[in-house]
Amino acid sequence: MNTIIEFKNVTKNYGNILAVEDVSFALNKGEILGFLGPNGAGKTTAMKLITGYMPANKGSVLVNGKDIRENPLDARKSIGYLPENNPLYTDMTVKEYLDFIAQMRQIKDRNKAVESAMEKCGIKTVSHRIIGHLSKGYKQRAGLAQAILHDPEILILDEPVNGLDPKQITEIRNLIKELGKEKSVILCSHILSEVEAVADRVLIINKGKIVADDTIDNLKERGKGNNIFVVEFLEEEKDAKEIVSKLENIGKVEQPTNLTLKITASGEKETGHLLFKTAVENNWKVTQIYLESNSLENMFLTLTEIEGGEK
Amino acid sequence: MIPALTVMKKELWGYFNSAVAYIFFTLFLVTLSFLFFRVYFLVGIVSMNEFFNLIPWIFLIFIPSVTMKSWAEEKKSGTMEVLFTMPVKDRDLVLGKFLAGFLFVSIAILLTLIIPALVSITGTLDMGPVVTSYLGVFLLTAAYISIGNLVSSFTTNQVTAFLFTVVVMFVLMIIGTEPVYSIFPSFLADIVRNFSLSYHFQSIQRGVVDSRDIIYYVSIVFLFLFYNVRSIESRNW
Repeated sequence: MNTIIEFKNVTKNYGNILAVEDVSFALNKGEILGFLGPNGAGKTTAMKLITGYMPANKGSVLVNGKDIRENPLDARKSIGYLPENNPLYTDMTVKEYLDFIAQMRQIKDRNKAVESAMEKCGIKTVSHRIIGHLSKGYKQRAGLAQAILHDPEILILDEPVNGLDPKQITEIRNLIKELGKEKSVILCSHILSEVEAVADRVLIINKGKIVADDTIDNLKERGKGNNIFVVEFLEEEKDAKEIVSKLENIGKVEQPTNLTLKITASGEKETGHLLFKTAVENNWKVTQIYLESNSLENMFLTLTEIEGGEK
Repeated sequence: MIPALTVMKKELWGYFNSAVAYIFFTLFLVTLSFLFFRVYFLVGIVSMNEFFNLIPWIFLIFIPSVTMKSWAEEKKSGTMEVLFTMPVKDRDLVLGKFLAGFLFVSIAILLTLIIPALVSITGTLDMGPVVTSYLGVFLLTAAYISIGNLVSSFTTNQVTAFLFTVVVMFVLMIIGTEPVYSIFPSFLADIVRNFSLSYHFQSIQRGVVDSRDIIYYVSIVFLFLFYNVRSIESRNW
């Protein structure tokens, strides 16, 4: 696969605070890379370094093989960037804003580019409305339209669904998937499910360091045995803990209350099915069986060392 | 269109898109006319001297209100990140914002041409000093705008930008007045006075265009624009 962005031993500090430390990774052509990490892990700093907003203290960032420090304007031409919090000129209409961006990017056929970006992002109906008066979902779409206006090879989206409602999240997610068919995308988020839904590969950063760089399947495999199931009973089943402990693929079984079992197990679907089957066979009065967290979530939590209280 | 002009156009659009521009022009004209004609009819001499004496001091309030937003608002709203990831050089952004502020205030200055027109109705007005003084006003405006934009780039708060710009401009004005520069030893007093915006303005106001005065204002503009570029580049440090 061809590498389109290369981050080589990059370090960035703000005074005494080390934001990114000796980070190396690559984005391949046509790939959607999920950049995952808790708040303050260094994700946004990494994005700012890739987009040329600010330079690294050490190491180099190559965009299409060229060092961004030596060719910042060339790199910026091939990158579309939606910054965190989606900053917009809220006193402009959507069309005025996109036209301004098109002029800044010196796009030859501005009208065509603006129309095409609005079409792709589904904001044609609000093109003459003031951005400040739009819903958050439409604002996010306007931000995305700004990022894809010059038809860049690379799209960098920093927390693109932050603060949106579930319907808007699904819409933006689908839009990103669509865009990812023809572009290389870095999707930055602190929400695992977001990255899991669209990314081909996941990069986990914590305290400025890369702690995992793998496909979602491989990460799940690494976290195998870390699915946590909860079984809740209507009334106490005295032998339930013992029976469940003897089942296949079951690890630790805990009984936090008389009416609850907490089971750590490998095999997400298989274990779920087995627990249902066992409950029926033993005639247990079960109110619900659910997956509290899957292997990927646990892997993420382990890698980023989040304390229980923050889960 | 070159990027600096795109930025200038967008900034100008921002001024005129709201009522602020029209309120600014009206207040500026009304204040200046009132303060000038109040004295003019009392003295009864056909001269614009008082008008040009007033302008630098009135600018102390009006120009910071134009420049306070330029960078502070971009920083606060985060749009600076969008601007700085465009394929545009920092100096184009600085130049665009400077040109927009300068053109905006220039429009207000051009609107004041009605005042010498009215004065010339009341008697014979010597146009020489009026023309050179207007040149001085444009040079002073350019200097003020470059100072205001630099100060705005240091903060995310528009009120802070406004107040600090007033302070910087005020200091650069009063060091050219005798009660202030005479505090300094004589060898220093001359240097201090030469750094002053008011001293060079008074020189032009007398009706003589001295290249040293023009070089002074052009240098001030370039110096503050240069530091403005350095200031927005400081995100790199």
